[in-house]
Amino acid sequence: MDNKKDVKGFLEFVYEFYKTMKAHEITLVYEGEITHQITKAFTSLTESNMAKDDEPGNVQRKVFHVMVECLQNISKHADDFMSSDFLFSGRGIFLVSKGENEYSVTTGNAVDNDRIEELTNMLETINKMDKDGLKGLYKTQMKEGRLSDKGGAGLGFIDIKRKTGKELEYHFLPISNDTSFFLLTSTISRDDI
Amino acid sequence: METIKIQGTEDTPKVILDKDNDLMEISGRSLPEDVTSFYEPVLTWLDEYSQSPNKKTIFNFKLVYFNTASSKLLLDILMKLEEIHEAGNDVLIRWHFPEDDEDMEEAGEEYADIVDVPFEQVSYSG
Repeated sequence: MDNKKDVKGFLEFVYEFYKTMKAHEITLVYEGEITHQITKAFTSLTESNMAKDDEPGNVQRKVFHVMVECLQNISKHADDFMSSDFLFSGRGIFLVSKGENEYSVTTGNAVDNDRIEELTNMLETINKMDKDGLKGLYKTQMKEGRLSDKGGAGLGFIDIKRKTGKELEYHFLPISNDTSFFLLTSTISRDDI
Repeated sequence: METIKIQGTEDTPKVILDKDNDLMEISGRSLPEDVTSFYEPVLTWLDEYSQSPNKKTIFNFKLVYFNTASSKLLLDILMKLEEIHEAGNDVLIRWHFPEDDEDMEEAGEEYADIVDVPFEQVSYSG
């Protein structure tokens, strides 16, 4: 009897979850480890959906760019974070939503609190820069930045801002005294393209 | 000298490095899982090629997409070509981009600004 009740409760939750996804126009949501295989699967899925919707080529390309950089950001950085808390260790959330005039790509992953300042500074610097400033910074980073052992060159955020022309929205939510959940959302607007 | 021929995949570009037939090309998509190890043979090949380059070196880039990690390695390749040019050899980079892809065109312009080597932008349709 109890089991039946649990199942019913769960299914009701699934329906609520579905409605919430619809309300937020979420077309793809994933929680878990982000690997290169996952990156390939999600980008090709989104690509074929966009092609089916006759999305213009430049919108498709920009969404593709932003998705790849966001996914690679998490896959490179999520495992920097070693947590005994199974909820947050080495994993992240990734979602894509499609509104009437825009696509949004959102990521979330746990970070150590001592990285907040660095991330905030980097994002604020990039957000304040105009097109030419970003171009200059990208060139400098490409020339002088070294690839980290995980293949990051510090170029991802700059590239996202350049491709979308929009500020990167972000938020840190506390998990514990040492850690926070880092959320980042990028918007690709059809009107600007 | 050894010829390199790598078939393109959904995340790695096609690579042709053929000294005997004057063919040098990187085309397609570039978002390899490990960019450094993917491009390492290309850089090694260019090091060897630079010892005795052909009379004229034409290197074709015809990429439809590359991620930021690849952009750094592409610059490394261009810098090798710049060295060959600086050593007094005839070198030309051909940067092909789809005619409706401003970002890819701009990427070519940026590389042309960074490296000092003859650079030709070529647009194509489709």
